[in-house]
Amino acid sequence: MSDLTTTPVLELRDVTRIHGSGVTAVHALRGVSLSVQAGELVAVMGPSGSGKSTLLNVAGGLDSVTTGAVLVEGVDLATLSKADLAAVRRRAAGYVFQDLNLIPTLTAAENVALPLELDGTSVRESRRLAVDSLEAVGVAELAGRYPDEMSGGQQQRVAIARALVGDRRLVLADEPTGALDSETGEAVLRLLRRRVDEGAAGVLVTHESRHAAWADRVVFLRDGTVVDSTSYSVEADAASALS
Amino acid sequence: MAIRQGLLALLDEGPAYGYQLKAAFEERTGGTWPLNIGQVYTTLARAERDGLVAQLETDDDGRVVYEITAAGRTEVAQWFQEPVRRETAPRDELAIKLAVAVTAPDVDVTAIVQTQRGETMRTLQQLTRLKRDADEDADLAWLLVLDRLIFDAEAEARWLDHCESRLARKAGEKAVRRPASGRSPRAAQGSAR
Repeated sequence: MSDLTTTPVLELRDVTRIHGSGVTAVHALRGVSLSVQAGELVAVMGPSGSGKSTLLNVAGGLDSVTTGAVLVEGVDLATLSKADLAAVRRRAAGYVFQDLNLIPTLTAAENVALPLELDGTSVRESRRLAVDSLEAVGVAELAGRYPDEMSGGQQQRVAIARALVGDRRLVLADEPTGALDSETGEAVLRLLRRRVDEGAAGVLVTHESRHAAWADRVVFLRDGTVVDSTSYSVEADAASALS
Repeated sequence: MAIRQGLLALLDEGPAYGYQLKAAFEERTGGTWPLNIGQVYTTLARAERDGLVAQLETDDDGRVVYEITAAGRTEVAQWFQEPVRRETAPRDELAIKLAVAVTAPDVDVTAIVQTQRGETMRTLQQLTRLKRDADEDADLAWLLVLDRLIFDAEAEARWLDHCESRLARKAGEKAVRRPASGRSPRAAQGSAR
């Protein structure tokens, strides 16, 4: 059994992703390495076309790598059968997108319970875990509502609840605050931050530095390469930010 | 300027002596702009000269207590009513550095931008950490000051991103223009723009 305290929840090892081939080949990622521990939120920044979304897609097993490896909780996704990969996607990682997060014909609780039900968990147990997860993000009262009966901020909270329902520990967020006003967006980030502090691992793709600043580490991508990375260190005197 | 108005606004709430004003000013702005006591007394002396405050008494410990005058109250009211004007651009070391770098031979401007963006990002992370630890209700004034600093730092980061893209585009244009010059109509069109 792997040691969960030291095995990163997500690890990218020298990942390259090339879309297409020959002269039209696009190098979306060129040798990217990244590791995210439990309790750690990593932000990925970069201009359009820098590889941010590809990074998130390979991290969640939605896209495969050309060379290199992606490990989720120590398991190399390339070694898995299609069925097992689908299971990892349901059990280990959850997505939060800018919009179109929830299935409109399902209530909040049904949306959150869905990945568990698909994975064979009983309806009753799935529903119980879904309500727990909604409670953890402070919107248990929305359990019976449909997406069009919720505000944008509420929908994003439900999406975070779904991303981290049950045992799922990895949340992959792609511009989750994009469609929200600045205060609602901040509330969503605060929530994401709290769930990570409680033991999840998170990757946050954003083009806004104000949002990236909620992360422990910020990785800058350009043309598929990590050009820079900054970490917040608790030792650094916080007051120096004010001088 | 803001120190004078800030101190006057505090005196508008009741008489106080120098150290009280210094402490109140720092508390209300979350300690973001610490004052030295000499600055407080200089400001009070000038305000007294201008008829905005008056010495009320010297207390048992020899501290001079000031109170606001009617003229001082008017100045405070005006301060709250009128917008803060941004007439002159403050001297900005970073803008000066980049402007000089981009026109200097043999300076890696992209490296300067990246180094600065890392630093700005760390500042943003520190400010955001302070915000996370602050209490929504008890620290409202402090949170507003923090937000101001966060938005300022964000603006700097966005400007740096913009500079980087612009520099990359310029470098790309140069690279295309040189070998293609006079041959490719598309390149000629591009450089004419």
